[in-house]
Amino acid sequence: MNLSLLSAPFTRSDSQVQGIMAAVMLALVPATVFGVVIFGWPAFFLWTVTVLSALVFEAACLALAGKPVNAILRDGSAMLSGWLVAMTLPPWAPWWIGVVGAGIAIVVGKQVFGGLGQNPFNPAMLARVALLVAFPLEMTTWTLPSLPFSSSAPGLFDSLAITFAGAPAVDGMTGPTLIGNWKTELSQGRGLSESLISGHYNVLAAILGWKAGSLGETSSLLVVVGGLWLLKKKIISWHIPLSLLTTVALSASVFALIDGERYAGPVFHLTSGAVMLAAFFIATDYVTSPSSPAGQLIFGAGCGLFIFVIRTWGAYPEGAGFSVLLMNALTPVIDHYVRPRIYGRDLKGRPLDLPGGRR
Amino acid sequence: MAALSFFPFGTSGRIRGGVHPEPRKESTADRPIETAFPLPERLYLSLQQHAGQPAEPVVRVGEKVLRGQLLAAGQGAISAPVHAPTSGVVTDILEYPAAHPSALPTPTLLLEPDGENRWIETCELADPFSLPPEEISTRVGAAGVVGMGGAAFPSAVKLNLGRKTRIQTLLINGGECEPYLTCDDRLMRERAADVVDGILIMLHGLECNQAIVGIEDNKPEAFAAMSAAAAPYGGKVQVQQVPSLYPMGWDKQLIRYFTGKEVPAGGRSADIGVLMHNVATAYAVQQAVRFGRPLVSRIVTVSGSAVSAPRNVEAPIGTLLADLLAFCGHRPEDTASYVMGGPMMGDFLPHPRVPLVKGACGILALSRQEVAASDAKACIRCARCVSACPAGLLPLEMMARIRAGQLESALGYGLKDCISCGSCSYVCPSEIPLVHYFKYASGELVAREQTKHRTEQTKRLAEERQARFERQKREQAALAAQRKAQAQRKTEEAA
Repeated sequence: MNLSLLSAPFTRSDSQVQGIMAAVMLALVPATVFGVVIFGWPAFFLWTVTVLSALVFEAACLALAGKPVNAILRDGSAMLSGWLVAMTLPPWAPWWIGVVGAGIAIVVGKQVFGGLGQNPFNPAMLARVALLVAFPLEMTTWTLPSLPFSSSAPGLFDSLAITFAGAPAVDGMTGPTLIGNWKTELSQGRGLSESLISGHYNVLAAILGWKAGSLGETSSLLVVVGGLWLLKKKIISWHIPLSLLTTVALSASVFALIDGERYAGPVFHLTSGAVMLAAFFIATDYVTSPSSPAGQLIFGAGCGLFIFVIRTWGAYPEGAGFSVLLMNALTPVIDHYVRPRIYGRDLKGRPLDLPGGRR
Repeated sequence: MAALSFFPFGTSGRIRGGVHPEPRKESTADRPIETAFPLPERLYLSLQQHAGQPAEPVVRVGEKVLRGQLLAAGQGAISAPVHAPTSGVVTDILEYPAAHPSALPTPTLLLEPDGENRWIETCELADPFSLPPEEISTRVGAAGVVGMGGAAFPSAVKLNLGRKTRIQTLLINGGECEPYLTCDDRLMRERAADVVDGILIMLHGLECNQAIVGIEDNKPEAFAAMSAAAAPYGGKVQVQQVPSLYPMGWDKQLIRYFTGKEVPAGGRSADIGVLMHNVATAYAVQQAVRFGRPLVSRIVTVSGSAVSAPRNVEAPIGTLLADLLAFCGHRPEDTASYVMGGPMMGDFLPHPRVPLVKGACGILALSRQEVAASDAKACIRCARCVSACPAGLLPLEMMARIRAGQLESALGYGLKDCISCGSCSYVCPSEIPLVHYFKYASGELVAREQTKHRTEQTKRLAEERQARFERQKREQAALAAQRKAQAQRKTEEAA
């Protein structure tokens, strides 16, 4: 017999795993649609391939493990993982990047640990970082945005060729990302004011997302819109996004004040790369982040700090993936040491003193 | 995560955790208390309807009794007597299923009403405040009053405890935060003066000068009625609104809300100078002390979508719940779960042929849709349970450990501090019956403790027995030696 008929509470909120996953995907829609619009059909094909392969990998793993395939597939977590992987890929990456990414996320990132809720690392970030290390060329070939149906936007058949036949991108359609550009310039000894960025970087375009970058993360604005909606729906709490963004902004401000030629300011950091996506959609992953509010503040701050450090001094241009994975590894430690205070007890779990100092 | 986790360390906020279950109070809140409930053919008076020792019968089978007459006396330090809810004949004393999930038979006294409903001689007190304060708890105890909010702890024991520790504030719980339940709401609306009188009597008994009545802000009529009733007594009885939030009626939550203080773990609220009683208890105290009427009936909410005329009924203790439900238009075929109490903390009942007890504030016949039953899914660590927990525990961690069989390690996350309020299970999107795990683990740990204790005791007894045997053997040997020596001496003397 069903337990909920026998055991209190006999009433339940209507929140369900499925609904949560659906809400997160809905929040991803604006940024995704924008990415597809400015990067054209290849972006759409890549997104489709990645999401579908995530579902196939999940189904295969569940079938192998003898679990109910249909019931679990319907929780939406595999689709969400696939979607998040797609968000972080270069929009014109070949189809197999999407398949391999989805495979790493679902098989290595999630199912080998026992499925939903058991994985220590964020599956999407694990996939992204693995792809970046294994296929650096494909993972750093960026496409410049173009208006839909403009002459530079590829047609349907050209797009099929780009995604599925490995056709090289047309010259003039590729370009570096802002962070990549900044790092190259710095390595060649040029400061911020004389580098390409000074002419290249436009705050408005950066916020809106009119720039080269991953499929779904270029538009900070639309990512934030989705994230704020998730906050309003109480799907995510404010702790991780706030502490992550504050830490990035603070560290960027401090170093920009010390040396404005070498270090980019907070606006640049907040509007470029995957910071916003990480703050609202990646670091907030329930499974791999701490469960206490205080722990979440620490986790977010750690992510923010690592993002800034890796971007500024690391070998890779973008730090979000590595930062989230690093902090994922620390989550059990944070959860062990940072716990809510129990009613009637102090932070160490000892009973509070009685009036008169008795314990 | 809920916005209520705003204070990350949970120290600055006066309310922590909590959930907002759908109130579902509308069907009963606007109907006056039904007092015309017909006397059932037979009343089943459980002798164990309070925390502590069961009561001991003082009447014989076949004896005629009057309403309010003592049927069974309290036993030991924590117990409460049971009185006759109406006049009639005691027809049997037997084992009958209790209003408990197990429905295990408990000693029960059967009473057949004679229909006259004649009271014993009760003496009304013109001025209960002229009684010596310690007399109040004596009378409350003799009237069999127990906590009416569900815990059924003997009220006199609590009042005596309060007298010992110098109570500064008497908190009166009019929160009624459980869904469906409206019996306290109706009581406050319809009998506010009596409730306030009961509060004043308790204040007198405690020699305390301040009572705060906390009423949830979704009960404006009750708040108005109680405020008006309390107004003549200056600041002695303050009626205040509290946010509608479950579990606002948890004594420790209300204490933190009103005093900002926390009851230390392992301590009692009296340790920090606070005592809490329910509004319905205050009413029962007034009836007992002012009118000399023992607790023989109670107001109970009968609700759930499997009854067609949900309402609050003032019913005699010992009424079969099935009779009460039938009175309210019960449809057994639509019932998925019978619940005694509220849906958040109430007890499942396997069938409704069990008697009404003093602590029952609600009888619910819930349909399958209302229970929203479905299977548990994997935990996604969303931490909604953490935000919802009013006690600051980590339900997801405790659950994971209990599942892995590491009950001891669940203790480290506060298993013993869990109040089983059900907030965590309520919000869990994976529909994991968290409270069920915690109750199981607590029970299992107690059982292990007892087994360990028993094993040790057996071992000790065996050792003592062994020692006794050896001692006896030695003594016998000594005796035998003595006799032998004596016999030898005698032979020598004779020789």
